[in-house]
Amino acid sequence: MSETTDALLPLPLKALHEELGGKMVPFAGYEMPVQYPMGVMKEHLHTRAAAGLFDVSHMGQVLISGADPDTLALALESLIPAAVLGLAPGRQRYGLLTAPDGGILDDLMFANRGDHLFVVVNAACKAADIAHMQDSLPGIRVEEVTDRCLLALQGPGAEAALAALAPQVAGMRFMDVAVIAIDGAEVWVSRSGYTGEDGYEISVEADRAEALARALLAQEGVSPIGLGARDSLRLEAGLCLYSHDITTDTTPSEAALNWSIQKARRTGGARAGGFPGAERILEEIASGPARLRVGLRPEGRAPMREGVQIFEGDAQIGQVTSGAFGPSLQAPVAMGYVPVAQATPGTLLEAELRGKRAPLRVDSLPFIPANFKR
Amino acid sequence: MKFTEEHEWLREEDDIVVVGITEHAAEQLGDIVFVELPDVGTEVSKDDEVVVIESVKAASDILAPIDGEIVEVNEMLVNEPSKVNDDPMGEAWFFKIKPAEPGQMDDLMDEAAYNKFIA
Repeated sequence: MSETTDALLPLPLKALHEELGGKMVPFAGYEMPVQYPMGVMKEHLHTRAAAGLFDVSHMGQVLISGADPDTLALALESLIPAAVLGLAPGRQRYGLLTAPDGGILDDLMFANRGDHLFVVVNAACKAADIAHMQDSLPGIRVEEVTDRCLLALQGPGAEAALAALAPQVAGMRFMDVAVIAIDGAEVWVSRSGYTGEDGYEISVEADRAEALARALLAQEGVSPIGLGARDSLRLEAGLCLYSHDITTDTTPSEAALNWSIQKARRTGGARAGGFPGAERILEEIASGPARLRVGLRPEGRAPMREGVQIFEGDAQIGQVTSGAFGPSLQAPVAMGYVPVAQATPGTLLEAELRGKRAPLRVDSLPFIPANFKR
Repeated sequence: MKFTEEHEWLREEDDIVVVGITEHAAEQLGDIVFVELPDVGTEVSKDDEVVVIESVKAASDILAPIDGEIVEVNEMLVNEPSKVNDDPMGEAWFFKIKPAEPGQMDDLMDEAAYNKFIA
């Protein structure tokens, strides 16, 4: 992703980030805190041990409305392979916007909120996603929510911290969504996140966001965490980062995301197909893809980052799509694509690092088991 | 002590020069998790990439600040890369180089000039 320093959009919590010592960097067209004085390593470990508060207001919040619930669900099903119809009110699911050739346009979370759907999409994709949905869903309202911030509170201490402000969130289970009041503000809460830890994502009106953030930061064990640690946390959790691990050149099966395509949408299901790329995607679910996203553990301490080429003997067989040092493992971790024949955990491969070969082993994902409250 | 625009420091000890990175650089890089050192005996030219350092997020290079021969490397950093964050101007030096050309350091910044450079 190329970044320009001009035309960066400041987010509503910019002043708070600066007060907290956040180091601001350009990210997806926004000025975002990449780290705070604690540093990426400690921020990462703090989130796994206690609770981290992330500002993810750059992400796109979208409301889909204007028809009866079944019509809305079927409309979204025409663009994503996940089952939307049948998702209970108050529940959220992970899904993929797909292209006619089976590639992935974006990954997203969608929630059934009774008379409408609430969707959260990636910052860099949101303009394209919204245009795509508006163009493809005539008669349905697709509106970006532009007056709310999105906070993520993640880690084993998240429940106690948020429940101190809103006790009812303790009763929510993984992927529940609710509209609640905190200090008079209407807050949209989901029990989810993208770190592999238990926690919440909280959508709050922009002019109420700083007060809520301060109230959360005042709770024991809650620290502000930047994008740097968010990236290493999601990588250890084996979660895909759009435009790196998944792109228009990768399919759901290749990305090991078949779990996001429920039975109803698969061959033989009640509403099989009917989404862009269905032919290739369903064929790959049936017969298996040629290559697969896998976990990779470099041997030694050198991180292997995006773009590092993977070899078996003299043949280049794949490439790293995300790689970093995993603070919880105190070792480098990576994800990438290799042919299915080499995708079995334990397979020893080589990577080319600065002109030299170094061993790396295929590992199962996630590297750190998820801690969700199911 | 002399400084480069690449945020290295150079300290002369008899006829060799000890090289490390400045506190400013260590702070900018963030948590250092990996250091790859050159082989002792390597002949380097100014601006050759001699050391790879990686933080949690990114890889960077340290360039040879002068021409010469690498005569010693700080093996401690291989197992304890975080020393670079703890003590960049002291214990966490990277390599010692025997200058090929005396006087090559004369053009580098002194401490006052470096402080002005990063201000």
